[in-house]
Amino acid sequence: MSRTDFDILVVGGGPGGYVAALRASQLGLSVGLVEAQHLGGICLNWGCIPTKALLRASEINHLLHDLGPYGFKADNVSFDFTKVVARSRAVSKQLSSGVAHLLKKAKVPVFDGYGKLDGVTSDGKRKILVTQDKNAPVTLTAKHVILATGARARALPGIEPDGKLIWSYREALVPDAMPARLLVIGSGAIGTEFASFYRNMGADVTLVEVAPRILPVEDEEISALAQKAFEKQGMKVLTNAKIGAFKKTEQDVTVPVEVNGKIQSFTVDRVISAVGIVGNIENLGLEGTKIKVERTHVVTDALCRTGEPGVYAIGDLAGAPWLAHKASHEAVMCVEAIAGKTVHPIDITKIPGCTYCRPQIASVGYTEARAKEAGYKVRVGKFPLIANGKAIAMGETEGFIKTVFDDKTGELLGAHMIGAEVTEMIQGYVIARTGELTEAELAETIFPHPTISESMHEAVLAAYGGALHF
Amino acid sequence: MAIEVLMPALSPTMTEGTLARWLKKEGDTISSGDVLAEIETDKATMEVEAVDEGILGKILVTEGTQGVPVNATIAILVEEGEAVPEVAAPQKAASTASKIQETAPAEPAVKAASVPSQTPPALSAVGADRKIFASPLAKRIAKQKGLDLAAIKGTGPNGRIVRRDVENASAKPQSASPSAPKSGSAGAGSSTSVPHSTMRKVIARRLSEAKSTIPHFYVSVDVELDALMALRSQLNATSPEEGPDAFKLSVNDMLVKAAAVALKRIPTVNASFTEEAMILHDDVDISIAVSIPDGLITPIVRQADKKSLKQISLETKDLVKRARAGKLKPEEFQGGTFSISNMGMYGVKDFSAIINPPQAAILAIAAGRKQPVVKGNELAIATVMTVTLSVDHRVVDGSVAAEWLSAFRSVVESPLTLVI
Repeated sequence: MSRTDFDILVVGGGPGGYVAALRASQLGLSVGLVEAQHLGGICLNWGCIPTKALLRASEINHLLHDLGPYGFKADNVSFDFTKVVARSRAVSKQLSSGVAHLLKKAKVPVFDGYGKLDGVTSDGKRKILVTQDKNAPVTLTAKHVILATGARARALPGIEPDGKLIWSYREALVPDAMPARLLVIGSGAIGTEFASFYRNMGADVTLVEVAPRILPVEDEEISALAQKAFEKQGMKVLTNAKIGAFKKTEQDVTVPVEVNGKIQSFTVDRVISAVGIVGNIENLGLEGTKIKVERTHVVTDALCRTGEPGVYAIGDLAGAPWLAHKASHEAVMCVEAIAGKTVHPIDITKIPGCTYCRPQIASVGYTEARAKEAGYKVRVGKFPLIANGKAIAMGETEGFIKTVFDDKTGELLGAHMIGAEVTEMIQGYVIARTGELTEAELAETIFPHPTISESMHEAVLAAYGGALHF
Repeated sequence: MAIEVLMPALSPTMTEGTLARWLKKEGDTISSGDVLAEIETDKATMEVEAVDEGILGKILVTEGTQGVPVNATIAILVEEGEAVPEVAAPQKAASTASKIQETAPAEPAVKAASVPSQTPPALSAVGADRKIFASPLAKRIAKQKGLDLAAIKGTGPNGRIVRRDVENASAKPQSASPSAPKSGSAGAGSSTSVPHSTMRKVIARRLSEAKSTIPHFYVSVDVELDALMALRSQLNATSPEEGPDAFKLSVNDMLVKAAAVALKRIPTVNASFTEEAMILHDDVDISIAVSIPDGLITPIVRQADKKSLKQISLETKDLVKRARAGKLKPEEFQGGTFSISNMGMYGVKDFSAIINPPQAAILAIAAGRKQPVVKGNELAIATVMTVTLSVDHRVVDGSVAAEWLSAFRSVVESPLTLVI
């Protein structure tokens, strides 16, 4: 009989939950993990990781069709779509078993099934009822319960995914065949990445956004260049766009899209609905507890505590920003707080966001507009990749880097990047923001030459009137 | 930031001592004022108090180690989550000395390495020069707002001062500049006037009153301590290793009890003068003079005659600790029927104390030192201390004072009375 009583029980094995379990184990706490489907959660299985595998394939496809400038010539370039998808699944599987291995190494027992709050024992411990189709329910107990059940795609009325013609991210990750014509609703990170993948694989893609610009959370100049780049790649981009009632046939869907009072109809093979996500709050036993739920997310304080003592919520379940690294950070913070360590609440202006479309987009902190709204007098620096030696050598000159500084204190309020490899570079600015560096330390930092990251240095200098190479 | 806890000097002449006992374990959370360890000399057991807060990261000198040099690092305090730094042959004093050398251009730099420790001994264990860790942004904002980073508590990783700390500090009303106002007095030398604390005012008023209104007279006697110290060792050996029943009697604890016994024998000393009558107190409540950073306070061991040595010891330790932390309740230091002032740990030969009114007497205890004594017709070595009783002549006449001292001496020299 394995152990059923723990210091901490984690419900959900995604990047929030499994990291919480690993950290708890590191700190010498007894911890168990309840996971219903697969370790690694959406991130490893149906999100971050498999999409990166697909996007790598589409990048290769793009390069194979753009060999001329490098002096290559290739005829009859083709791909086996099944193998492209199979590789993506293999990558997920490898990482998911990696998580299982890490948990095993950390001696964290994993309970298969759905975990649910089920009252309190006489000595004040939380009871968690674990149910699974095949087996009898099991009751576990713990002093602390961390809920980390994540989120799923939002299904808007009229465009609910049907799994055949209307896809959510799930179906979009494992298609049987390449759709020739695709319409993507929603231009957040998920919608944009799928639009970019399918377009670069050769599909005819239309990206539809209800807001006035795509990637609405990014800086306006980033959205503008991204749209321009996508259109240059042959993608149709519609903003301020409203979706009308679908007309489905066996094979295709006709979608009326209204832009500025004008209605256009698009007949496509598949539609991807990427209109946000909702928290997995159902069947967690939240009813009748003091745990509050607002707009499908569990309400927590800055240290991830819910209204019930000893119950915590982290990651997507606890609300935006819906990012794996936010979940993992909250996991560590939450567990360390339980262990009595000094922790620091998350400042969301220090959480980077990355979108792996082509060109890549990465940002941290305030956009120029939001900094101004917040009352800062800003200094803005911009540096185009066309002026960067490495970018030219790589043939990746599309893009720019923008910095936003507080004129008064020299605080780096935000940084916004679009171009090749920017998702790998944003951490430099995140460190600067977290370490509270000012323009002075950034200007004094020696960046290696030749790298695209030199543009980060130049964008700092540019904010203070001194970009050297532009 | 790691803070070194140094071996304190209990007297100006002390060069080494015994680390008797650690009262905290590695990993314990330490608040300022907590007693970390006990240091022993021939006469006194002194407590090493934490000046800083943190976690006791590493104990470098184990319990019972004798001959620990003054200013040697005995432990390391760290911040939450901070790793304990490697400490190789910690010689804080030497490094401070070499630093001073480096900044003195007149001295040849080569001398620095061989300069022995000349740092004045300090009673409290403190890490000397604290580097301020602050983010560049915090530094800049502090500069813009004219804030002193040294006065700001950091809440970032490992106590680093970050923007929010500076902003929170600037949100609070600025207290007056910490440096005291300069005096405008004329003269060649410069001086600084330090405004009186409330405690300083009370001390000034009460002692002036006492010394000018009470007709003091003084009687001294030499007392041999060897028997008492032998008994102390025996008694301490019976203490459990640890737990609530563990105790460690100090010489002072035993002298408190001895005074209480003497007061019971000669009750007229346990009295107060009033215009109408002499008040003879039934209870023997002994005030113990404790020096604290901004003055002096006298916590009281009540009914000391009825308490066991162990009770007195534990109670005194607690009172002194809370006195130094400024946490005494008024009833714990107001009242009392007799006072003891012990300066033995400072190595003083003898001194006389000012009476603490409305009490009638105070006993001044000096250092015990080995000296030749004549026993019968033989010369012998004994540990002798000089005690001086200051007496209010309105209450106690000279012969009574002498009788009291004689009783006190006989109790100390035949100390089994203390355990009956």
